[in-house]
Amino acid sequence: MNRDDFEILKKNIVYFDNGATTLKPKCVKDAIIKYYSEYTANAHRGDYNLSVKVDGLYEDSRRTICNFINAKETSEIVFTSGTTNGMNILTSGFFREYLKKDDEVLITLSEHASNIVPWFILQKEIGIKVKYIELNDRHEVTLDNVKKAITSKTKVISLAYITNVIGDERPIKDISRIAHKNGILMVVDAAQAIAHKRIDVQDDDIDFMVFSGHKMYGPTGIGVLYGKFDLLDKVKPFNYGGGMNAIFTKDGYVELREIPTRLEGGTPNIEGVLGLGEAVNYLDNIGMDKINTYEKNLRRYLIDELDKLDFITIYNKEINTNIVAFNIDGVFAQDTAVYLDKYNICVRAGNHCAKMIDNVFNISNTVRISLSFYNTKEEIDLLINVLRNSKNIWEEIL
Amino acid sequence: MDKDLKRSIILDNYQEPNMKHTSDDSYIKINTRNVSCIDNLDIYLKLNNNVIEDVSFEGEACVISISSTNILANLLIGKNIDEALYLIDNYLKMINEEEYDKDVLKELSVFDDTSKQPSRIKCATLSANGIKDYLEKENHS
Repeated sequence: MNRDDFEILKKNIVYFDNGATTLKPKCVKDAIIKYYSEYTANAHRGDYNLSVKVDGLYEDSRRTICNFINAKETSEIVFTSGTTNGMNILTSGFFREYLKKDDEVLITLSEHASNIVPWFILQKEIGIKVKYIELNDRHEVTLDNVKKAITSKTKVISLAYITNVIGDERPIKDISRIAHKNGILMVVDAAQAIAHKRIDVQDDDIDFMVFSGHKMYGPTGIGVLYGKFDLLDKVKPFNYGGGMNAIFTKDGYVELREIPTRLEGGTPNIEGVLGLGEAVNYLDNIGMDKINTYEKNLRRYLIDELDKLDFITIYNKEINTNIVAFNIDGVFAQDTAVYLDKYNICVRAGNHCAKMIDNVFNISNTVRISLSFYNTKEEIDLLINVLRNSKNIWEEIL
Repeated sequence: MDKDLKRSIILDNYQEPNMKHTSDDSYIKINTRNVSCIDNLDIYLKLNNNVIEDVSFEGEACVISISSTNILANLLIGKNIDEALYLIDNYLKMINEEEYDKDVLKELSVFDDTSKQPSRIKCATLSANGIKDYLEKENHS
């Protein structure tokens, strides 16, 4: 769908690495260029028309994102530099105080590094305990296993909505219900989900959620931290300085502004915010449900075709999102990626920043295909053809 | 060197790497982790009076990593630290398209056109850099 919007696709590349970053539609690029060519000014500052215009557009983006995830109010949307930044604002600005020694945080072995390492740092520095919800034999989180993992010490459950290697989607709404029944906060890493399914933070009753702009057809260096107002209001700023203070006097008195401005100290990534707003409008215009259905059907086609090749091992056949992890038997994942690159097919090889994944798969490296709505059956047919001829892999890559 | 011959040397060292085996406590361990988060090899060196008595390695990596590690391991045995560093330095120069001493590299010459595939440079230099770092420290201690 909508392939014409992506200029880079005219170069005959097959882009299957959407989990790493997505391509950008022309309208996003145009929004950024327009900011630099038509109304460059700082936001929240000037008394002149240009600045007021930028200010308006900046806050329009916030409203667009608020509506997109159905947050209650725009003040619950904080612009960050991405998922990792969002998680670190949360762990250092909120959970470092909220959690006490021996409190438990539940994650899983298939989380991305950005939902593991910040918690490990709190474990080291303030003595919380990071524990793992056991995965079932399809590497999924089940409600029974969530219940089993909860103790009287559990204070946080922090999970990816969709994981980045296995691609399984978690029943976040049900997990939230269990969490809240037990006085536990629900943190969601939506980096892999936000561009592929409709997320409603109120319906899912999510306490905090983070995601990145560049994985949802927006620019790099921009992301979002969502928090329920009362919780977000307790998050301490990462950056103190311009833009986020209300008053300060020479005797050291400082009064800070309201959220979300308080959490966006310094001149923000304005081009990123405007580009992201445009990307979200673009997704909204296509329709998230339409995207979701298209990608699921395409994945099913990919699995059916891969399944016909008896020298391919698929690691996540049963899941129902946009991600497929596989290997050519006897070939290291990176070598497969180099081989496919000869045919302009872009895939990711490795452990995809989920370095504990070998505890789950018994294999540490896979080739990952993560689909987008601009991928097609024809592209999959090409991939299958190239894989079918992979007996020649060494002649091709050496 | 002819392309087919190069390929068969690389593949031989990948598919049946004679130096890929376990070692014991008399070896020191060098872990080389590729920053691209994929290749992961442990290299084991046995040093005796400044001479590399044995080398082995274990782990998972791509064809270029495994093969270059195996060839390098074979060439390092019997060399003293200075000779080993001279070999590695010239290998790295070749990979980086600088002037180098062809005579010492022997089978490592099969990687002389790696620079044409920039994504493979890290794979080809993973073990060499790990061993180099260790030997340089050893030389200064």
